[in-house]
Amino acid sequence: MNSVLVEKLEGLEDIHPADKWLRTDMLPHIWCPGCGLGIVVNAYIKAAEKAQIPREKRVVVSGIGCSGRAAGYLNQDSYHTTHGRAIAFATGIKIARPDLNVTVLSGDGDLFAIGGNHFIHAARRNMDIKVICVNNFNYGMTGGQAGPTTPVGAKTTTTPYGCFEHPFNLPWLAATCGAVYVARWTTLDSRRLRDSITEALLKKGFAFVEVISPCPVGYGRPNKIGSGLDEMKMYMDKWDLRPPNWIIQEGSNPRDADISLGKPIVVGKFVDVERPTFLDLYWKILPHKEEKPLNEVDKKQVAGARV
Amino acid sequence: MSRVRVVDRGGEELRGAVLTGAHFMNGDVASAEGAIAAGCRFFAGYPITPATEVAERMAERLPEVNGRYIQMEDEIGSMAALLGASAAGMKSMTSTSGPGFSLMMENIGLGAMMEIPCVVVDVQRGGPSTGLPTLVGQQDMMQARWGSHGDYALVAYCPNSPQEMFDLAIAAFNTSEKYRIPVLMMADESVGHMTEKVVIPEKEAIHLVTRKKPTVPPEQYAPFKPDEDLIPPMALAGEGYSVRMTGLTHDIYGRPAINLDAQTELIPRLTEKIHKHSTEIVKYEEILMDDADIAVVAYGITSRCVRRSVELARRDGVKAGLFRLITAWPFPEKRIRELASKVKGFVVPEINLGQMLHEVERTVAGQVPVKGVTYHGGALPDPELTRKAIMEVAR
Repeated sequence: MNSVLVEKLEGLEDIHPADKWLRTDMLPHIWCPGCGLGIVVNAYIKAAEKAQIPREKRVVVSGIGCSGRAAGYLNQDSYHTTHGRAIAFATGIKIARPDLNVTVLSGDGDLFAIGGNHFIHAARRNMDIKVICVNNFNYGMTGGQAGPTTPVGAKTTTTPYGCFEHPFNLPWLAATCGAVYVARWTTLDSRRLRDSITEALLKKGFAFVEVISPCPVGYGRPNKIGSGLDEMKMYMDKWDLRPPNWIIQEGSNPRDADISLGKPIVVGKFVDVERPTFLDLYWKILPHKEEKPLNEVDKKQVAGARV
Repeated sequence: MSRVRVVDRGGEELRGAVLTGAHFMNGDVASAEGAIAAGCRFFAGYPITPATEVAERMAERLPEVNGRYIQMEDEIGSMAALLGASAAGMKSMTSTSGPGFSLMMENIGLGAMMEIPCVVVDVQRGGPSTGLPTLVGQQDMMQARWGSHGDYALVAYCPNSPQEMFDLAIAAFNTSEKYRIPVLMMADESVGHMTEKVVIPEKEAIHLVTRKKPTVPPEQYAPFKPDEDLIPPMALAGEGYSVRMTGLTHDIYGRPAINLDAQTELIPRLTEKIHKHSTEIVKYEEILMDDADIAVVAYGITSRCVRRSVELARRDGVKAGLFRLITAWPFPEKRIRELASKVKGFVVPEINLGQMLHEVERTVAGQVPVKGVTYHGGALPDPELTRKAIMEVAR
């Protein structure tokens, strides 16, 4: 499989700056042309480099769907789990090894429909994991069905007359459940996205980054948007033909971040606060033999990474 | 019952992992103690009758031994967290009953596919659905074998006393670590809530097994490349091995491989790694079987109740014996087949409408009569029904 390409890659050094963080034996990836997932994976790689978190300390866990495949492309500990259960799986890893930097990278359907229960409870507990949600407004892997984030009126294969359900406002959901870091970007904001993921990786506690990402095949085609690039342009200037439709607003109220056709997409950082994590309280309240709780290691690792 | 004691830092000395000595405790608590003695340091669970006492004991005891307890939002999350913690190196356990067992099924399959060791205690109650939360059943036996979709094989133990809840918890961990599989403890409400003497041995007398570790450097490591015993060595998260695992059919490197060849290589191995070692995994107990004409095959609480039926039958002149399953899965096919050529019939009492009965019938394959005795659940099996069945088969 893909032997020609692999040989070419082996013959060249640093063919792409991200190659050393990728499992190049897996390339080419399965994503459609114009998909935003590559931008997100790239942003995660750059963020992890910027945060100086060593490879052996990073774990990525994903669920099912197009985004779920991201874990398998990253050359680090990666677990591609069951539909909706990535956060629960990541919770187990984090509690067993508090010194590891655990990131969940998955899609909107995986994290908020089938996996919604785990999301709200991990946020409530302030479990020290990072959740990157690639929101493409539909179930891409199965061919473009409506999901919990599909805007009212948008067409998908299961909403051929237009979606008639209210979508989630993800930043608001995350904030009200107790996430200590909440941000939203689009794949158009690749550098801001990278910096935001860097902040999230270094943030102690439950950090959530939503990335609005184009899906030209599943979402773009039925809604007559065009290519992936066209969909990204739309975030900026053509979101239902009402410019300016893409607002960067630091610290705005996540309550106002709902997405609907005809309304600007609000991006930026919504929440950045401190709150004791699950393990902070665990070691504070419960009896234990260790003189030094394991999450001290975690603190050191994060402190070291900041230097 | 567990004695609740208040412990805090600077207060009373914390108890160790192995509470050597004679105790009076219920089966649920004994399974928790067995797990901790076996090195279990992570428990994720959700309250459910009649298994809650396992979680309560773990919540009390794990912090004492530098372990971690988390009450998850549901059984699905519990099972997923269990796999994550084990992938990161902690021996992990959960406990549940029928409804929760059903919810765990998908991720039990993930555990089989990713070959992640862990232990699930199912304290069975009457079903289906919410059924009889506080009363006994043995209706999850086939679910233990076939509950998750796809082909796989696991190991399931059937304890019949609090002592065995302790002993088999240790065996369950050893088996899960050795074969890299989720192992099921198919207890039942009566055994779980029964309070009896439990003797916990010295720490040194407890034999523990831990999963095979890779012997090669990370660049040569393939997470699903089996050794000759069909079991691949397991690198953990955070060890620098860039472990790649997926629930998709995968090659030895853990790469998704959605094709016939990969399926043909992987899936038969997942079942074969158990079948190949079935001789050492299978456990059973034979009581009065040496001269038996009628073999009563039973497990869990039923095996204790129908011991009486065997004795009553003998008093009436029928040489009955008790064959007690300790592992339901893998099923002791070889021994049952041997017995089928010696005895005149089998009687299979169980607290369901006939589950392990199918397995006995399949194995005996018509050589001698096999008669099921159905107890519907909700009460201890009445020995009289099984006695009658023994007499009937003996006629």
